[in-house]
Amino acid sequence: MINMEKEIVTLLHGAGGSYMNSLIKDVFLGLYDGYGEIGLNALDDGAVINNIIFTTDSYTVRPIFFKGGNIGRLSVTGTVNDVAMMGGQPIALSLGVVLEEGFPIQDLKKITDGILSTAKEAGVHVVTGDTKVMERGKIDGIIINTAGIGVRPSQLDHNIQNLRKTREPKNWLVPLNLRPGDKIIVTGTIGDHAISILSSREGIGFEVNVSSDAAPLNRTMLNVMEVGGVADAKDPTRGGLADLLNDWAEKSGLGIYIKEEKIPAREEVKSAVEFLGLDLLELGNEGKAVLAVSPEYENDVLNALWSDPLGKDAQSIGEVRKDIEGVILETIIGGKRYISRPIGDPVPRIC
Amino acid sequence: MSYSSLLRYYKDPTLSKAITQKIAELAKKIDEGIMIMHVCGSHEWTITHYGIRSLLPDNVEVRAGPGCPVCITPATDIDDAVKLALDGIVVTTYGDMSRAKGTKMSLEEAKANGGDIRVIYGIQDAVKMARMEPNKQFTFFAVGMDTTAPATAFELLKGIPNNLSFLISYRYTPAIQGSVMESNVLGIDAFISAGHSVTVTGLKPYYPYFLKSKKPMVATGFEPLDVLMSIYMILKQIEEGYPKIENEYTRSVTWEGNIKAQEVMEKVYDLDEGYVRGVAVFPRAGFRLKEDFKKYDARVQYGLKDRTKTSDEHVAGARCGEVVMGTIDPPECPLYMKKCSPQDPKGAPMVSQEGTCWIWAMHKIANPSPKCRR
Repeated sequence: MINMEKEIVTLLHGAGGSYMNSLIKDVFLGLYDGYGEIGLNALDDGAVINNIIFTTDSYTVRPIFFKGGNIGRLSVTGTVNDVAMMGGQPIALSLGVVLEEGFPIQDLKKITDGILSTAKEAGVHVVTGDTKVMERGKIDGIIINTAGIGVRPSQLDHNIQNLRKTREPKNWLVPLNLRPGDKIIVTGTIGDHAISILSSREGIGFEVNVSSDAAPLNRTMLNVMEVGGVADAKDPTRGGLADLLNDWAEKSGLGIYIKEEKIPAREEVKSAVEFLGLDLLELGNEGKAVLAVSPEYENDVLNALWSDPLGKDAQSIGEVRKDIEGVILETIIGGKRYISRPIGDPVPRIC
Repeated sequence: MSYSSLLRYYKDPTLSKAITQKIAELAKKIDEGIMIMHVCGSHEWTITHYGIRSLLPDNVEVRAGPGCPVCITPATDIDDAVKLALDGIVVTTYGDMSRAKGTKMSLEEAKANGGDIRVIYGIQDAVKMARMEPNKQFTFFAVGMDTTAPATAFELLKGIPNNLSFLISYRYTPAIQGSVMESNVLGIDAFISAGHSVTVTGLKPYYPYFLKSKKPMVATGFEPLDVLMSIYMILKQIEEGYPKIENEYTRSVTWEGNIKAQEVMEKVYDLDEGYVRGVAVFPRAGFRLKEDFKKYDARVQYGLKDRTKTSDEHVAGARCGEVVMGTIDPPECPLYMKKCSPQDPKGAPMVSQEGTCWIWAMHKIANPSPKCRR
């Protein structure tokens, strides 16, 4: 519980871990007034009002240009994916840009180029925007906010229809749809974005040839929903798989059991993780989804993913269980450990 | 061959199963509680990360001793770093360290209050930053053990920029582990020594302590098979009734150690008494800069009082020191998961990823092997 009188905001409060959770719950949830089919209190990727999905996100990544993308590309994929993870088809975005006095127009143009090409890739349109400039030193270069709206695609209806064979599902892809026995599928290699960003930051002292995976996943989501049996989907951004799976376990009241050997990751990423003493499960991704899939659809969903360039490395990594609590990982040597929500951004260890 | 594919041999599931089986057989033969202590945060990380405790028999317990750098760094040293940061000096340090609280606040909180704190991955990063920003004053908050002390010594001998100073809080592992080996109060049967530290110091400095204690000690690497193998070697020694200093980490550890690193350290530091946070002052456990390098000592430069020998401070009501020494389990501390949690840590063992309390909390360890308690 946050001490309202004494505490101040630290970077931990923005890092997607348990600090951020308590900030949201203790401070922002006070805004919830009961509105929305899926409202603020769901703390999901977005809200649903009048059958429209509505979501927003702000982007502050440093460096703003990195291997595999830039802050512009990220500001489209992040918001598009939030809509897509609820089962929606994103259609339009708003774009708010806050600039620091002195920011090179040339860089801004590169960023808007990134926004345009990524929006085309996703099939969405930037339809409204806002620009503000702040005095030098008041912000660091650029901050972008995008909001997105999405509609309900026929594939989602088909998917929910299929789910009805085994359960009484909600109308959208939400954690309450999870049932024991559901398979956990990740759509590709884990950790690419985090390691790419980390290695392009100064002062890290190592370089890894890994590109960010930032990509819009809405078409991929339509493909898997066309197969059917998808109970929920989430993108493992900040906080990574560890945060996502704990979120599922908490919201569904079920346990999740995953196997380390099944989790797909690039060799370079695994090396960096070893080298820096990080935890792969806590690394952020910007072009991956985690799906909970009804077991009879597991193979078909995997096959659909494997024929999609954004899902070619997809793997089934575990399942939802009712006989355990929380998230348990079976390690590569056969040991077991609980996975907790990460606290703050991953930091390398000392020794 | 890539780094990670080379290391895969040390994580092999078939081999690990075989060693686990052997451990179970030996433990059954020995048939009494065996308490093994390791003294390194990285070992704790390997043990929890790979779920090694879940693979051990009920009568074998591996317990963390004083080895996590964040846990043993005195709060007064953190206070000094915080003070420098709030006075406008750029403080560089390792990631975990920024979250540990001094008597008033952590470096992270100092950052939220306007301090310039930079997380770095090695001393070279601090040197580079100081060179690139010559108009600013930098301090490197040098915490850790003999594993990181040589790198700092090496940079000092090479020559460093004038705008970089050092707040040295290094500790000498053999002195700390040795004192624990000599003490019988803890009821520890055997020791897993930190492979990287012994790589530097060699096994030699442990010999006098071993002669007095006659307890098995195995220098151990950091892959899961290293740890399992060393547990096997310890049980074997106990079963045969023949304790010795053994080397599991033969690909790195020797009797003499890294002579070059030792020479560099001897040129730069003296060994003096060193305080381990919440525990005690250990003889010859603290590194101090030699006279020739005093001008780089942040304590000298900024007139900070040297409190490393005498400092003592506790979190009110907490039993951090006993946890660090392995004499109690975290749940025996009245603050554990009540006033002190990973989300809101009060004591250092709850801050660091290598701290026992943090690890118990994050991995929901309740009572790993009750048969071991005596």
